Amino acid sequence: MAVDTLNDQKLIEDWDGGTSPFKSSYGKLMMWYFLLSDAFTFAGFLIAYGALRMSSPNWPVPDFVFSAFPGGFHHKPLLFVTLMTFILLASSFTMVRAVQEGHQENKKGVAFWMLLTVIGGLAFLGSQAWEWTTMIGKEHVSYHTNPFGSHVEYGTYLAGDGHDIKKGDTFVPGDSYLIHKHDGEWQKLPYEVTEGEDIGQVKELQFGPRAFGALFFFITGFHGFHVFSGVVFLLIILLNVISGVYVERKNGYEMVEKIGLYWHFVDLVWVFVFLVFYLI
Amino acid sequence: MAHDYETSKKTAVRIITILAIITIAEVTFTLLGKGYIFESVEFWPPIIALVMIIMSIVKAYFIVYEFMHMKYEVPALAKTVLLPTLLLLWAIAAFLFEGKYWNVRHDEVKQKMEAAPIQSTTETGMIYDLNQE
Repeated sequence: MAVDTLNDQKLIEDWDGGTSPFKSSYGKLMMWYFLLSDAFTFAGFLIAYGALRMSSPNWPVPDFVFSAFPGGFHHKPLLFVTLMTFILLASSFTMVRAVQEGHQENKKGVAFWMLLTVIGGLAFLGSQAWEWTTMIGKEHVSYHTNPFGSHVEYGTYLAGDGHDIKKGDTFVPGDSYLIHKHDGEWQKLPYEVTEGEDIGQVKELQFGPRAFGALFFFITGFHGFHVFSGVVFLLIILLNVISGVYVERKNGYEMVEKIGLYWHFVDLVWVFVFLVFYLI
Repeated sequence: MAHDYETSKKTAVRIITILAIITIAEVTFTLLGKGYIFESVEFWPPIIALVMIIMSIVKAYFIVYEFMHMKYEVPALAKTVLLPTLLLLWAIAAFLFEGKYWNVRHDEVKQKMEAAPIQSTTETGMIYDLNQE
């Protein structure tokens, strides 16, 4: 092909070897493409969640499911996950500061801000551990059983469960409930339908869509695993920073930049996990 | 980098503040829309979903462009990373429609089974039992 314009010539020079057309090192470029592929993996999981949620006539209401808070507080919808979001955001900020200190070749600064990032990562993991413990241990959600449901008809409870539901309480379609477990027995409360086709019938509470537990544990677990790997990599690079390996190298603190990209990506994924699982 | 140390420090503080404010706005809006703050106020769910999606995309923009420094990369690099994600738009649309179809089909199977209970329950039972333990 004929090379006519100055632009084409420049293009060929750029891609002829010996220079970096993207003005970015090989390692950073490959980190970007790894993150792109990882984004597709997460997108696949979140899309699966969306498809299964659409396929179900009812779905657990997030602000009802995620309303526990440490210290015995109940019915604080979304408060704890908002706190987790802030922890992750804060650790993203400290990571930005670590990279900036890296550009200044300030070894102490890099180590300090990276250490804060590690602490942020560990705090997030601890919060997630608490969230999982509550869901598995207290609410008895598992990958195959989901005691969180939402009503599809009008009715009145014929018995109480000793928690939030009292005998005679009424509900409307869309209201949420949790089936408690006492001494290994599921308390599937009986209720009377008060409107619609089945008026007057006595029914008992049904489990919610069973896919919910598996999707929740798998997707937040996969994200948590990314945070965990991030913390491990951060620690390794932090040790390298302290030992002065990067001072010897010609490319300065580029490793800090690369782990920074990864860490921000973990934060980015959380933005969408937060959106899909908790906000919508 | 294209800017000096002191400015970039200020930028980082500014961006993290914006992200924190958007997050608070998100949570407040969704709780408001679902009637947790004022019992009389409730929004149509698709509106809540749309506002949440837009705010999340704004957050994603700040994280990728400012924190991950995509703003300062060569445009071609940004395109090779960002354009492929547009493929996801089709995946999202296709799978959500598919999910909705399963939902409709779920009712159809139920109706057919009620109309002709003699048919084998084990084969269709899988679909029938999706939402039951």
